[in-house]
Amino acid sequence: MTEQNAPTAAEPAGSGPSVVLVDDHAMFRSGVKAEIGQSVRIVGEAATVAEAVTVIGHLKPDVVLLDVHLPDGGGPAVVAAVLPQHPDVRFLALSVSDAAEDVISVIRSGARGYVTKTISGADLTDAIRRVAEGDVVFSPRLAGFVLDAFRDADTGPTPSVDPELDQLTPREQEVLRLLARGYSYREIGAELFISIKTVETHASNVLRKLQLSSRHQLTRWAADRRLV
Amino acid sequence: MTAPAPPPYLFPAATPGLRPPRLYRAVRGRWFGGVACGLARYLDVSVWLVRIGFFVAALSGGLGILLYGAFWIVLRTPPDQPQQSRRAAVEFVVALVIGAGVLLANARTLPLGWWFVPVMLAIFGGALVWRQASETERDRWRRLSRSSLAAGAFDRTGALRLALGITLVLAGGVFVLFQTGTGTKAIGVGLAAVLVTVGGLALITGPWWLRLVQELGAERTERIRNEERADIAAHLHDSVLQTLALIQRNANSPREVARLARSQERELRTKLYGSMVPTGTFAELLAGAAAEIEDTYAITIDLVVVGGERDVDTRLDALVAAAREAMVNAAKHAGVTSVSVYAELAPGSSRPGVTEAQVFVRDRGIGFDPDIIEEDRQGVRGSIIGRLERQRGSATIKSSPGAGTEVALRMELS
Repeated sequence: MTEQNAPTAAEPAGSGPSVVLVDDHAMFRSGVKAEIGQSVRIVGEAATVAEAVTVIGHLKPDVVLLDVHLPDGGGPAVVAAVLPQHPDVRFLALSVSDAAEDVISVIRSGARGYVTKTISGADLTDAIRRVAEGDVVFSPRLAGFVLDAFRDADTGPTPSVDPELDQLTPREQEVLRLLARGYSYREIGAELFISIKTVETHASNVLRKLQLSSRHQLTRWAADRRLV
Repeated sequence: MTAPAPPPYLFPAATPGLRPPRLYRAVRGRWFGGVACGLARYLDVSVWLVRIGFFVAALSGGLGILLYGAFWIVLRTPPDQPQQSRRAAVEFVVALVIGAGVLLANARTLPLGWWFVPVMLAIFGGALVWRQASETERDRWRRLSRSSLAAGAFDRTGALRLALGITLVLAGGVFVLFQTGTGTKAIGVGLAAVLVTVGGLALITGPWWLRLVQELGAERTERIRNEERADIAAHLHDSVLQTLALIQRNANSPREVARLARSQERELRTKLYGSMVPTGTFAELLAGAAAEIEDTYAITIDLVVVGGERDVDTRLDALVAAAREAMVNAAKHAGVTSVSVYAELAPGSSRPGVTEAQVFVRDRGIGFDPDIIEEDRQGVRGSIIGRLERQRGSATIKSSPGAGTEVALRMELS
């Protein structure tokens, strides 16, 4: 993510959204804590799916930072186990993997965004805030994956309950392209002459489509065509 | 009869060349059931040779027709060329009628023993069921028969199989011992006895054979996998250790440390997640250019490519070169630590059948006034704009001091 609005000066610890870190690498967890512990409240940590489900259920944080790869089932398993009981908990996926199918599967399970682990501390804080506020976070890479997944929407019969879900509107595609080009919401709004609120709406509609669409491609595409 | 396809584990994906050609019924160029065509293709002889063979065999007591029918029932059509089921059904009924006709015509000479009619009925019934069954059902039956053959002697199927095998062997023995009569009949009975005995033996020793084959295959797969693992591990350890040593030595130069860490990370990624893109494609060349610039100028390039699996021709090559130049400019002049690059190959909006290639190179650096690209700034004028115009493409540069720069490159491909 490259957000232009620089983060405000570090607030005292204990403010900001509450966060639980789920990652099986202790080193990475302590790194994240050192980097963003000042601007968000890190209330708990977990290293496995089972641990994560317990900790999240107990602490009910605003946001869960979730590694896509976990030893006993991976990120999607955590989301699937927690969301039905605690629909207010929001998940932001973090991963070292750039494999499209990993990213898409964790989003489809219910995560509200995806960022790579090389993200800067300031950008990560910003992404956590936005997820806590109910927004979705499309890193350029995720935007690229989604564009690719919804490409050639008319190839082959796709038996779907709701064909509306199976393709992106031209406007949504434009928004995604600009996200993939590294634009911030404000810049996208300026470029397309729409308000930031409208950009947010487009982004969350895209996420909803990604999660609800039953398109064959979405479950299969990543295996067929790998991309950078 | 076709040999069953070898189990996949005998031929790991790494060696696809080992698969023998499969015998199928032909769909194209066939006259009737496609048996002759398929056989001819499999044996690599003229189709007429096979047809004449069947014809001659058919004249000599209907054997050819029986053979043809048997092939037809057993052989599948190639999986990639589905045939219309209605046509197949019609053909099958016709074949049944002909087969019954041949049998009735030869009724006098056939050995109409007490067993003949039920056996014939069973064969035809089985054939019908087999033909009508869908591919998945057939696969299930095959698996079932395989698993029941492999079942141990102590569970129910295994015990049943063992009992059946022993019964058949005993029956074969009894046949031979108690056979009376002489001449051809004796030979026939003897033959039947031998067949029954062999069948029984196969049932008894089946599991052992199967296990032998499976173990061989499994052992081989395991060996290949281990070699591969050892290979990757050795390479990784070596390069990671090298990098760590270099990082220690350059600890006081953050820029160098970042560069080393980045290139090591890239290498690990390629190893772990496989090479993500096919070689020689637009996506791969862009990724290569980005990697090189990352290493040279110690910046991060966030590259996103959509639909880049297209082999590069002269024009796309020019596009990659221009994009590379734009990245170099951003790395050198913008004063930033990261650059966003987005590239896309997509159906063009202007005319159908045209692919539009676009690359956007964006930085949030110091920016400049594009109206005053100085004469000596060959980078922009020659390497980017000129290069694209020569290939019927276009380059636009959006920049203002303080707000960063975006270079947009476009090109239409047929």
